[in-house]
Amino acid sequence: MAVIQGLLVQGVQMALVLMLAPLLTGLVRKVKARLQRRQGPSVLQPFRDLKRLLGKEVVLAENASWLFRAAPYVIFAVTWVAAALVPTFATGLLFSWSGDLIAITALLGSARFAQALAAMDIGTSFGGIGASREVMIASLAEPAMLMIVLSVALIAGSTQLSTIAEYMAFSAVGLRVSLALGLVAFIVVALAENARIPVDNPATHLELTMVHEAMVLEYSSRHLAMIELAASLKLLLYVSVIACIFFPFGFAGGYAVALAAYLFKLGVAAVLLGVFEVSIAKMRVFRVPNFLGAALMLSLLGVLLLFVSGGM
Amino acid sequence: MIEPTLACIALLLGLTCAAALVAQSQLGRSIVYGGSLVAASASLLIALFSLAAAPSTVTLPIGLPWTGAHFRLDPLSAFFLVVVGLGSIGASLYALGYGRHEQDPQRVLPFYPAFLAGLNLVVIADDAFSFLFAWELMSLASWALVMSHHREPGNAHAGCVYIIMASFSGLALLLCFGLLAGSTGSYAFTAMRAVHPSPGIATLALVLALIGAGSKAGVVPLHAWLPLAHPAAPSHVSALMSGVMTKVAVYGFVRIAFDLLGAPAWWWGTLVLAVGGITAVLGVLYALMEHDLKRLLAYHTVENIGIIFIGLGLALAFGANQLPAAAALGLTAALFHVLNHAVFKSLLFFGTGAVLVATGERDMDRLGGLIHRMPKTAFAFLVGCVAISALPPLNGFVSEWLTFQAILLHPDLPQWGLKIAIPADGALLALSAALAAACFVKAFGITFLGRPRTRVAADAREVDRFSLAAMFGFAALCLFAGIFPGVVIDLLAPVTQALTGTHIPTQLGVEWLSIVPIESARSSYNGLLIFLFITVSASLTVLAIHRFASRALRRAPAWDCGFPDPRPDTQYTGASFAQPIRRVYGAVVFRTRETVTMPPPGDTGPARIEKHITDPVWDVFYQPVASAVSHLSLVLNVMQFLTIRRYLGFVFATLVILLLALALWQ
Repeated sequence: MAVIQGLLVQGVQMALVLMLAPLLTGLVRKVKARLQRRQGPSVLQPFRDLKRLLGKEVVLAENASWLFRAAPYVIFAVTWVAAALVPTFATGLLFSWSGDLIAITALLGSARFAQALAAMDIGTSFGGIGASREVMIASLAEPAMLMIVLSVALIAGSTQLSTIAEYMAFSAVGLRVSLALGLVAFIVVALAENARIPVDNPATHLELTMVHEAMVLEYSSRHLAMIELAASLKLLLYVSVIACIFFPFGFAGGYAVALAAYLFKLGVAAVLLGVFEVSIAKMRVFRVPNFLGAALMLSLLGVLLLFVSGGM
Repeated sequence: MIEPTLACIALLLGLTCAAALVAQSQLGRSIVYGGSLVAASASLLIALFSLAAAPSTVTLPIGLPWTGAHFRLDPLSAFFLVVVGLGSIGASLYALGYGRHEQDPQRVLPFYPAFLAGLNLVVIADDAFSFLFAWELMSLASWALVMSHHREPGNAHAGCVYIIMASFSGLALLLCFGLLAGSTGSYAFTAMRAVHPSPGIATLALVLALIGAGSKAGVVPLHAWLPLAHPAAPSHVSALMSGVMTKVAVYGFVRIAFDLLGAPAWWWGTLVLAVGGITAVLGVLYALMEHDLKRLLAYHTVENIGIIFIGLGLALAFGANQLPAAAALGLTAALFHVLNHAVFKSLLFFGTGAVLVATGERDMDRLGGLIHRMPKTAFAFLVGCVAISALPPLNGFVSEWLTFQAILLHPDLPQWGLKIAIPADGALLALSAALAAACFVKAFGITFLGRPRTRVAADAREVDRFSLAAMFGFAALCLFAGIFPGVVIDLLAPVTQALTGTHIPTQLGVEWLSIVPIESARSSYNGLLIFLFITVSASLTVLAIHRFASRALRRAPAWDCGFPDPRPDTQYTGASFAQPIRRVYGAVVFRTRETVTMPPPGDTGPARIEKHITDPVWDVFYQPVASAVSHLSLVLNVMQFLTIRRYLGFVFATLVILLLALALWQ
């Protein structure tokens, strides 16, 4: 019986993240539009875009290889699996032990690897520029992320995200310097990894400033839909991880309360992200290393503090 | 069980003699590589069966008089015999096809089995003399293989640097064993184990072992010969040198530091951690700057050696603090990475060799688009790239994951050196993992993806079946060790049991074939489930979309923002791909400078961009040493032309001084 319930919860989780991801993207866009005094498209617009893209014919570059065609599905599947391992409305998911937070970080790395390779497959200079900048950003963001994982794991005594969330929710963690450093660093990393302002601009098509968009320039129809959906899932994943580590309330009161709390957290995150994005300008690409380097240093400082004293 | 291993080695040495006779004939290649394949397979089987067996020893009446040659097969030797065996099987199988393109087989064939014999002998030697003899056999045979294409530009220089570094490493190990044996001791390892040297002597021996074994393995700053020598050899030998010989060097360090020296001091851990962390990051940064595929791989070996030494350093640090379980975890992570790196680095060198056969090029800026012309090689190479970039669900991730678990295990160690070194190494490990992914996006993307940059790349042909079999065998191993890591961890249990007194929990009983290195509430990973989830969800998505949405597809010219340029020169090259990373890290590490010269208006000359990269290690270590040596030899040159009377005078004076020193010492 417990197994069936576990499977059910895991299945609901997988469907839920898939449903909520485009909604979150739509909500962020809506918030940004309202802040710019535009009406903006409906929050359901990403769903309509996906539907439209899925129904279209793929226009594939003449020298595209199998890798280019397989990559969107790999990126989507990997991101989906990673998102399914994050506690959203329930901790202790049936399969959450199959990958810990380090594995989730590395899974996102796999998705990025596939994305960067696919960008180079056609042999256009935009693909190259996107891939080379993406790996440069990742070379700073990924270690920063791992350092945050290490500091959280040191506090909770585990790298399992479920255990961490339960530890953060149900024990007296208190205010800690290392957690504060970790949160700041995590937000910087999340902005960079999701190609948000100030690191990248998800709305731009000005060639020389794009990173993520340059990588997916050659994609169309169902392939593009998979990549867009994976990008939305990734945003949702980062918000969920921040929510369950740093704001772990709501897990105690049953699934309904936890789900309501989760939706509330997503809403707050969307509003905050929207406000942040309209109030700041995009950086030049070679300023990004300073921005991310600061995140790396903050997170490393957090880990060092924990090694110096377990109570920090 | 050691006698059959010695028989395999004897067979390899016999093949060396036979090869000298048949090298010129057509049959020679099949005899040598086929025979090596048989010997290596037998040796691998024996090693697998003796992993959990009690140590067996044998003494042969050869070598030093009154001492004999001691050989011993214990779990540590058996594990490294497995690594050597796997690498040799792959290389021999690959060479059955690849060797066909060899210009001068008589320069390669005799030395190849001798090299394999040397590799095997090092790991079973049980006294200092046999160890050093085998070590030098390995060095000299591989040197001969490096010099097999000695007329190609740069190879003679590579051979020269290699022989100097190999002698240096042998010298350091000789001194190390001298210290361990003491003034009265015996050179047998059994005797060394029984004697516990004083802390000062032990420390000196550890540093010498780190220098001696480290220079063979390629730790920074002693790595300079790797990127010169590994690429110069034929590709299957490059694979052996990078994938296996560096591991045999790691074996030398493990044998001395964990077995012969006795209880470690805590700051040995700090030293090894520092060396490992710096090696890992510098190695991958060097690799990123390269556009020669083989040199890139050789530099990347340096990074992986760094990761292995991080694991070893953790094991030493925990061992010094009487935390055997944690030490066992660190050692398991390091040895797992030894196996992983041997597999995927050999695979990648085989892939590079295949590209070399198909196009005659190693420079990735002259390749491109090979995924269309060599799809099978491209696929195997891609598996190697994913594995080496430490991405799940393949094997490279598992060993790095275990290393991270070891880093997290004990933040409460009392020593400040370790409190700083362990988290710093965590950061360096994370940095090197991310940079490795960048490096292999570059290696695969520039070489195999995009459009062909030259005629030869456009006309490439898929390679022979032997080469493909070797590559796919190793690719399958990468997947196997990634999704069933518990099997490998359990194989390592007797090794860590012998060296640290304990081992991490047995994994094969864990449900769903997960791995749980400490306890399930703390951390677990299941490569099999992750692999299945990804495969199933990707396939279901493809099916669902093709069934319910659309499956229409049309080929058209690339979009490229509306300005497609048909010339392949407009693609990113290796140098331009690495440019952002060069700007971020290179200014500090390599003091890179870029100068752009724009012609004045009206001038039709081309604009130029020049980049200058300086290697800090050459400038700080090697150049001063080289100029000091050359200065010294110039000064000592006068002593070359003295009379016999004076030489005898020198000998007498030396004798008197030594006797005086001994008298004062007593």
